[in-house]
Amino acid sequence: MNTSVEASVDFKSIEHRDRVKKKVCSFILYTLLTFWGIVVLFPFYWMILTSIKSYGEYNSESVPKFFASDPTIQNYIDAFSSVPLIRYLINTLIFTVVTTALMMVVITLAAFAFARLQFRGKNILFTLFLSLMMIPNELVIITNFTTVTNLNMRNTFLGLILPSVTSVFYIYLLKENFSQVPDTLYYAAKVDGTSDFKYLCRVMIPICRPTLITIAVLKIIECWNSYVWPRLITDQQAYFLVSNGIQEIRENGFGRENIPAMMAAVVVISLPLIILFFIFRNKIMEGVSRGGTKG
Amino acid sequence: MEKNNRRAWLYLLPAIVFLGVFMVYPLIDVFIYSMEEGYNFASQTYYDVGFYNFSYVLRDPYFLQAIKNTVLLVVITVPISTILSLVIATALSSIKPLRNLYETIYFLPYVTNTLAVGLVFMILFKKTDYTDGLVNMIIRLLGGTAVDFIEGPYWAKMLVLCIYVVWVVMPFKILILTSALLSLDRTYYDSARVDGTSKGRIFFKITLPLISPTIFYLIITGFIGAFKAYSDAVALFGTDLNASNMNTIVGYVYDMLYGNSGGYPSYASAAAIILFAIVLTITCINLIVSKKHTYY
Repeated sequence: MNTSVEASVDFKSIEHRDRVKKKVCSFILYTLLTFWGIVVLFPFYWMILTSIKSYGEYNSESVPKFFASDPTIQNYIDAFSSVPLIRYLINTLIFTVVTTALMMVVITLAAFAFARLQFRGKNILFTLFLSLMMIPNELVIITNFTTVTNLNMRNTFLGLILPSVTSVFYIYLLKENFSQVPDTLYYAAKVDGTSDFKYLCRVMIPICRPTLITIAVLKIIECWNSYVWPRLITDQQAYFLVSNGIQEIRENGFGRENIPAMMAAVVVISLPLIILFFIFRNKIMEGVSRGGTKG
Repeated sequence: MEKNNRRAWLYLLPAIVFLGVFMVYPLIDVFIYSMEEGYNFASQTYYDVGFYNFSYVLRDPYFLQAIKNTVLLVVITVPISTILSLVIATALSSIKPLRNLYETIYFLPYVTNTLAVGLVFMILFKKTDYTDGLVNMIIRLLGGTAVDFIEGPYWAKMLVLCIYVVWVVMPFKILILTSALLSLDRTYYDSARVDGTSKGRIFFKITLPLISPTIFYLIITGFIGAFKAYSDAVALFGTDLNASNMNTIVGYVYDMLYGNSGGYPSYASAAAIILFAIVLTITCINLIVSKKHTYY
């Protein structure tokens, strides 16, 4: 009798200690996670904050303030009026849409051939394709630069777009997905006299739409952020993309060092992708974890 | 079969043409370029074939500086970002409420323009005539002296570059590690709990071995990515990286090709091949090491 009472008391204190320990643990966890969240978000906060401070206010603060005492949208007006920000945005939009659309066509056709059609040398060709994945961009960009220069395609959209309309990795990703579509569907379609192309458009593409959307969104992000190739190929402002535009703004933008206006331009440039991210959050994160890398 | 045969090549034609023109041909051509000595871009002529371009590049002080910068960047950022992301991913995978929110926030830098956000880092660290900037304000609050991180001493510039690179690569690593941690088989943990194993022991004896393939994958891609760092440096220090002594190997390649110091595709090719050789060697070493230390 006595011992059982003691035992139950003991249990209670153990349970209590355990609960305290758990609480302390989760407190530390959340503190750590919140700290990293602040590290991630702070630059975004600072860029929005700076973009709504007036030029005078920003430059009179020898100790930067964490709030804007007199928020203004003047910087956004400046960003659009004194540098060709609209031009940069339109250029990037054209580049992104055309590149992504062309790439989707090219990789869908190639992936379909590899996944569904029979032809001699298929395995060898596919292995060759895969081995191209190891080739870093830095190695081929030099000749591409000369090729495009010799074709007189510098400062044209064609020169910007053409080198990036294929991706071996995405062909591979899509081929894997196409291969999962059951063979029986194909034979049924064949019996009905459906052509291969019709089968691709009517059956394969609708079934694999989630993967296609993921690839398209990842490609859009890549295009919107591309910097190196556009920098090599364009030296006229009329063809600058946003990355080059931001570099141009930084080096000889608003006459004087107008940092608030610069930050307004940065906000405008970053916003489209952040909106895209919130719409396609799951698709993007899933796609990236399946094998996307940056840089 | 025969009919299908010809059709299939038709489907592959666009991909083969684009890959041929913009990948296979350049790949061969870059080696030819690297051997052509004294190549003139305007007349497209050269006077000899040999290894002069490689020896020129390897003796160029700008290239040696670029190698030094890149190696420092790799050696500092890869371990820090891997360990930090492991800590954060472990914390993230052991909570349930708010996990989605944190995951979303952490991934945000991945979808932002490197050059645009780099500007924000620049103004946070920069010291101007008007203001010392936010970071220097904090340093002074802590009792230190203000440093110009953007145009000041070498170590300060390196520090900012490393901080920015870590900030940029973290989203990818956290995402990959968190999904690896969440997909682990819970039965190992249950049996360890029954045995009364301590949390630290569980982490080092169960979790770490189970996710070691993922960690090695991240280390390998981290090495490759950091060796190719370029736009991060441009974002912080501007396009003339040689002037600020902060050039990277990839930056050197592009500078040789284009811009004020450009017009030397042969030197650029030689530098690119050297970079490729370095990356390939390190990847092979990584793979050999990972074979020895991963558990499946």
